[in-house]
Amino acid sequence: MPKVIYSGQSFECGEQSVLDCLTSQGVQIPSSCHSGLCHTCMVQAVSGEIPKKAQSGLKDTLVAQNCFLPCVCYPEGDIEVTLYDGGLDRLEATVTDLRNLSADILGIRLKPSRAFDYRAGQFINVFKDENTVRSYSLASVPSLDEELFLNVRKVPNGVVSGWIFDHLKAGDTVTISEAGGECFYVPGKPEQNILLIGTGSGLAPLYGIIRDALHSGHKGKVSLYHGCNTAPELYLVDELRKLAQTYLNFSYTPCISQGEVPQDCVSGMVLDVALAANPALSGWRAFLCGHPEMVKSAKQKTFFAGVSMSEIFADPF
Amino acid sequence: MSVYEEIGGEAAMAAAVDVFYRKVLQDDRIKHFFEGVDMDKQAAKQKAFLTMALGGPHNYTGEDMRKGHAHLVAKGLNDSHFDAVMEHLGATLTELKVPAHLIAQAAAIAESTRNDVLGK
Repeated sequence: MPKVIYSGQSFECGEQSVLDCLTSQGVQIPSSCHSGLCHTCMVQAVSGEIPKKAQSGLKDTLVAQNCFLPCVCYPEGDIEVTLYDGGLDRLEATVTDLRNLSADILGIRLKPSRAFDYRAGQFINVFKDENTVRSYSLASVPSLDEELFLNVRKVPNGVVSGWIFDHLKAGDTVTISEAGGECFYVPGKPEQNILLIGTGSGLAPLYGIIRDALHSGHKGKVSLYHGCNTAPELYLVDELRKLAQTYLNFSYTPCISQGEVPQDCVSGMVLDVALAANPALSGWRAFLCGHPEMVKSAKQKTFFAGVSMSEIFADPF
Repeated sequence: MSVYEEIGGEAAMAAAVDVFYRKVLQDDRIKHFFEGVDMDKQAAKQKAFLTMALGGPHNYTGEDMRKGHAHLVAKGLNDSHFDAVMEHLGATLTELKVPAHLIAQAAAIAESTRNDVLGK
């Protein structure tokens, strides 16, 4: 008989769903529809085979992380379960490089102290101390970069970014978390067009996702729109232009909303520029990162323009 | 066989939810009820509603409907809003080329939840 393993304990599942098995043992899992529709009870498998039905309707990025719906999961073998994002483990990492990418954005490279599994575009937490933590997106790609790469924006009076800008130096050890989040590239639809819209340091996850997609052999359009208030705030410009020369399906459009607009940039708010150039987005995948108001508006507008809800990946910060 | 099975079950639901949810969010009569709500979570609920209306598998009770909508009733949810949603349900299924007699079946199921949804 299959068993459900949770938090070091093993329970007989019998004919029950995994959700019923766990809740009957006193494990607290919020749930609502008990039909695999509302996704309230979603959990993550650590090991074991997940029946296909228990993942039906979930986003590709959740499936890729072995998430499933325990209310419609009737396992055939043993399955070990954990709550989704129920706590990311911590580890130490060494700062190997710090350099300014623009006046207010610092590029940091980190070498984790142990094997580190992540996907480009996910985030990690950086601990200044036990109670002072901020999340930063990963701009690096596991298959391309030896180290983790973060883009830290200097927030006015920011406790953690201020500490990073003013005190952190190469050779220092910092505490970080494992990677989390569901804003990343999943291979499997190489012909699909991808729209990426970011403001400020929202470029970080997009820079990782783009390189991940291109190096995975993505064939559809990969169209990046990066918005900043003024031209000097743009960063990774040379790297992105070079990428656009190497990969003909990749395009890079820097957008400037205030002040002087250089010749190779477009004037306007990034979301308006991106949607004016791509008004019909049926069948596209969209990644939206950066300013929360922009991301919120972009989710709705790209959805109205035809992107399926299940193909919109967003990270507001 | 339920309408849900006839139109292709779970696999057909993702497309149906997109069409339906787009209509709901763009309708000035009802869109304010959805402001500030996470779109992903909301889409999952729209899917649950559609699945139920199409006679698909669900375990919602009248009591769940009451509890789930009580905060909206407090904000003024009434028959006119319910009618708007019914309109979008019909238009969505028409757009997906569901035969008229099956649309009528789905509408009847959705209609049967009216009193519970509106807390009457």
